[in-house]
Amino acid sequence: MHITDILVTGEPIIYGAMVSMALGGLAILFVLTYFKKWKWLWREWLTSVDHKKIGVMYILSALLMLFRGGVDAMMMRVQLAFPDLGFLNSQHYNEIFTTHGTIMIIFMAMPFLIGLMNIIVPLQIGARDFAFPYLNALSFWSFFFGMALFNISFVIGGSPDAGWTSYTPLSGAAMSPGPGQNFYLMGLQLSGIGTLATGINLMVTILKMRAPGMKLFHMPIFTWSTLVTCFIIVFAFPILTVALALLTIDRIFGAQFFTLTGEGLPMMWANLFWMWGHPEVYIVILPAFGIFSEVIATFAKKRLFGYNVMVWSMIVIALLSFLVWVHHFFTMGAGAFVNSVFSVSTMLIAVPTGVKIFNWLATLYKSKIEFTVPMLWSLAFIPSFILGGVTGVMLGMAAADYQFHNSYFLIAHFHYVLIAGTVFACFAGLVFWYPKMFGHKMNERLGRWAFWLFFFGFHVCFFPQYFLGLDGMPRRLFITNVAEWLPLNVISTVGAVGMALGFVVFVYNVYYSFRYSERETTGDSWNGNGRTLEWATTTPVPYYNFATVPYVDEIDPYVRMKEEGKTTFEEDEVKPIHMPSYTGQPFIFMALLGLASFGLIFEWMYLAVFGLIGGVVMMIRRSFDYDDGYYVSVEEIKETEKKARGL
Amino acid sequence: MAAEELKTGPLEYRTQEGQMSIMGFWIFLGAEVVLFATLFATYAVLFGRTADAPLPSELFEPGIVLIMTFLLLTSSFTCGLAIHEMRRGSVKGLIFWMVITLALGLGFLGFEIYEFVHYAHEGATLQSSAFWSAFFVLAGTHGLHVTLGIGWAILLLIQIKQRGLTNVTSRKFFIISLYWHFLDVIWIFIFTSVYLIGMVI
Ligand code: HEM
Ligand SMILES: [Cu+2]
Repeated sequence: MHITDILVTGEPIIYGAMVSMALGGLAILFVLTYFKKWKWLWREWLTSVDHKKIGVMYILSALLMLFRGGVDAMMMRVQLAFPDLGFLNSQHYNEIFTTHGTIMIIFMAMPFLIGLMNIIVPLQIGARDFAFPYLNALSFWSFFFGMALFNISFVIGGSPDAGWTSYTPLSGAAMSPGPGQNFYLMGLQLSGIGTLATGINLMVTILKMRAPGMKLFHMPIFTWSTLVTCFIIVFAFPILTVALALLTIDRIFGAQFFTLTGEGLPMMWANLFWMWGHPEVYIVILPAFGIFSEVIATFAKKRLFGYNVMVWSMIVIALLSFLVWVHHFFTMGAGAFVNSVFSVSTMLIAVPTGVKIFNWLATLYKSKIEFTVPMLWSLAFIPSFILGGVTGVMLGMAAADYQFHNSYFLIAHFHYVLIAGTVFACFAGLVFWYPKMFGHKMNERLGRWAFWLFFFGFHVCFFPQYFLGLDGMPRRLFITNVAEWLPLNVISTVGAVGMALGFVVFVYNVYYSFRYSERETTGDSWNGNGRTLEWATTTPVPYYNFATVPYVDEIDPYVRMKEEGKTTFEEDEVKPIHMPSYTGQPFIFMALLGLASFGLIFEWMYLAVFGLIGGVVMMIRRSFDYDDGYYVSVEEIKETEKKARGL
Repeated sequence: MAAEELKTGPLEYRTQEGQMSIMGFWIFLGAEVVLFATLFATYAVLFGRTADAPLPSELFEPGIVLIMTFLLLTSSFTCGLAIHEMRRGSVKGLIFWMVITLALGLGFLGFEIYEFVHYAHEGATLQSSAFWSAFFVLAGTHGLHVTLGIGWAILLLIQIKQRGLTNVTSRKFFIISLYWHFLDVIWIFIFTSVYLIGMVI
């Protein structure tokens, strides 16, 4: 096989991307070598099993993916505002909307939230790490290599182009030959393993490693949302695993699950995909709800209104989320009865969701609100998300959905829930917990600029799309020079530019704050308003998290601890702390599986088998690995704590 | 984490680490249930879609499948005996029954491979129709699990030879026994809803 058969050629934009990727890669190599950072990178990061570091790596990757997905989005918006310019051709447009959607959901939203969970959940429940730190590192690297695979597709082999939903028969071997679709399948499969493992890991962590005395109904609400999300992950992800595997077997080994020959059933893909896909949208929204609840309670300086109801509504949402998947293809012809059933179940979800909205409002009611940047994101979320939810209910009416389906109305709906919900929450959570992670806050003034640019940009971008949809503009269309649609498309693109600017300011703020922000001196960063245990640790958080774990028997334990002058360092109670050792195995293991996936993508079976054998060898090594960590001595703990607390 | 250790109760439950691993594995089995449920659902949806390939009723025969069922059910029983011996503190008994379990599992696999080859000769392959795709992937996924289980158990047998019964080794054996029983349960579903129904209809 010749190199030009593998590399994508003939597209100026892709040549540009190749050059910039190569240059970026070289720059990184150069910097690491020049500053002699290779060892540091391996020792401190790549081999880390510390949940805080893994969380940071998740968030960095997610920000990178937000950038990549954002570039895709900007290219689509340029094409739609200037359809006559010939900026993108149809093939390229197809590839871009496919990678945009997949990246944003799988490689941006989920890892961002999982990154926050990684860092915060153990701190909120008074744990020293995850239940299975090794497995946690494995999860991260499986996500990382899955992401890397998916992203190289556009320069090597060609991107997938059948949409993030990858409907058969279009995505089958007959109509999408070549490696593109395989990149989608293997990239998602590999990272999906990690997501499932994280689900199990966090579930055990939360169920088994809480501080003494802390009952389930004493847990911070973000931890609760994580637990419920993990439940959805554990029961939804295997469905995706199977769906992806079946399509892979179809494409590579010639099976007939979703084909038009051999009595295959293409519609079964839509069912399997959405049986995972709808729960998936709740996987990315429930943690967001959790983050908003924390932020709102903190800056309204009140206990969250209706804590129990908040928890139960999440549980109800999680259960319902498995019962509505057909609403994604009402038009496929399942019949009036089936459609009606799923229409009703869909609308039912709005009830617990509405309950949550009222609880947030009630928390804010008559409170002294402090308008910090995380609070701005949270306050903006409420009305924006309502617009997304209400239009969701409209889409849920099967008869009406025959009009809305696959139009820009639908596009506007899910961007209203995903951006105003998930993305706002990621920003809110990152800014809120930033001092815990990095020892300094993000600059407030720049933060407000980023917020307002992004917020207005978002509404200007997506509000017109509801009307474009009502005017009949279909999704996934690259020639849109219908006079009636053009003005709204231009406005929408202007909004997109606003969002892009907001993102740029946000990233600049990371750099700016690193240089100029004041370093934190206490652990309770937000003017002493912290309510939960993560604020009781010092900043930066010592690697063992808690010198002594406090006894907890209420919601918001840190409020009382402060009143009573208690800390997470009771000097005479310090005992040696058991910690897991760092290891490079997860990295190597997943790199090998990434290699195997790469082989499968190009159907180079020798490479695939080689990678798989490597993976098996790594598992065997792990089985014989009896390293059970080490103990941190009492002296070291005391010294660290005294220094951090200025005692 | 591993700091406190109970003095009574089964070895595998004495450390918090052991308890967490076992709980994690139970949750993992929950995910496995969903995985197999999806495969069963796929099989049910594709039932009867044989295209030009033979019908299942033409190929499925009670003989071999009954033997396979017998082998696997017995292996589940001997696996239970192995854990019983482990709880009594007998490494010898554990190894003895575990080896028998593996032998039975290998026998099961041998028959399954024979059966697959036989079907392929009769013109029913992964590629021949949607129904047969679903059949081979469902039964094959189970078979793959059995294979992995055998490999895994061999590793554990080496470890018990090296280390004897400890909190860790007994936890590992307990977990693999859960896995093995789980595969047995899945097989019962395959036996009834795939083979028995396939023979009749
Ligand atoms: C009140 C709650 C909600 C209701 C009633 C609802 C309803 C719907 C319906 C009926 C559709 C299908 C429309 C069609 O294809 O014609 C849809 C699509 C979608 N929804 Fe929602 N939704 C809700 C909340 C959410 C949330 C919270 C998210 C994610 C955070 C979300 C993400 C999506 C996505 C991504 C799609 C489109 C997927 C695609 O076709 O590419 N929805 N929603
Ligand atoms: Cu849905």
